[in-house]
Amino acid sequence: MVVLSFCLLLTAVRFAIGPTLPDRITAFDLIVADVIGIIAIYTEFTGNEDLIDVAIILSLFGFLGSISFAYYLMKITK
Amino acid sequence: MLENIDWILVKDIISCVFILSGVFFILVATIGLLRLPDFYIRMSAITKGSTLGLGLILFGLGIYFNQPSMLLKVLAVITFTLITAPVAAHVIGRTAVQNKIPFWEYTNLKEFKKYLHREHLEEVVNYDKYEEQVLKKKKKEKKEKKAAAREKFGE
Repeated sequence: MVVLSFCLLLTAVRFAIGPTLPDRITAFDLIVADVIGIIAIYTEFTGNEDLIDVAIILSLFGFLGSISFAYYLMKITK
Repeated sequence: MLENIDWILVKDIISCVFILSGVFFILVATIGLLRLPDFYIRMSAITKGSTLGLGLILFGLGIYFNQPSMLLKVLAVITFTLITAPVAAHVIGRTAVQNKIPFWEYTNLKEFKKYLHREHLEEVVNYDKYEEQVLKKKKKEKKEKKAAAREKFGE
C-alpha cells in the first residue's frame, strides 16, 4: 500500500509535467489503476468484502473517462 | 507429514507473493512513465505494466479470501481490465498520431511511413522535427504542396 501510494505520487508528477494532453490522459489511466490496487489491498487489510464492488465500478469509470477524453481530443482537432 | 502443514499460512504466503509481485510491476510501470523519452513508449509501458500488476494484485486478493463469490468478483474486475486497457491505449494512441505528437528520434518509422503512403494519409501525419528539417532543406516546393493538401484536408 505504501509502495502504491509512492506510485501515485510519481504518477502525479508526470501528470503535472506531462508535455502533452495524451500524456496526462495515460497518467490518469495509471492513477485509476493505482487506486484500484490500493482499494484491493485495503480490502485485504480490513476483511470487508463490500469494498471490492468499489473496485469494479472504478475500473468501469476509469475506462469510460479515458475513452471520452480521447474522443474529445479527436473532436477538437478536426 | 501432510497434516502438520498450516494451510492458512500457506494461503497467506501465496497471496502475499502475488500481491507483492503485482505492486512491483506497477512500480516498474510508474518508473517507466517518468523515465521513458516518448509518449508512445510511455503509453505501452503503462498499459502492459498496470494490467499485469492489477491482475496479480486482484488474484492475490481472491486467493486470500478463499470464497467463490469473492473470486467471481475478482475475476470480473480482471476480465474488465484485460478488455478495456488495450482498447483505451489504442484509442489514445490513435488520437495522439492524429494530433501529431512527435515521435522519439530513434524510433524506426519505416513500416509506418509505408503504411501511410499506401493509404494516402501522408498529409494527416507529420513526422519528426528532424525529418521536417531535412525535407525543408531538400525541397521547399514539396512543402508548399503539402500545405495545399493540408488545406484541402481541412475543408
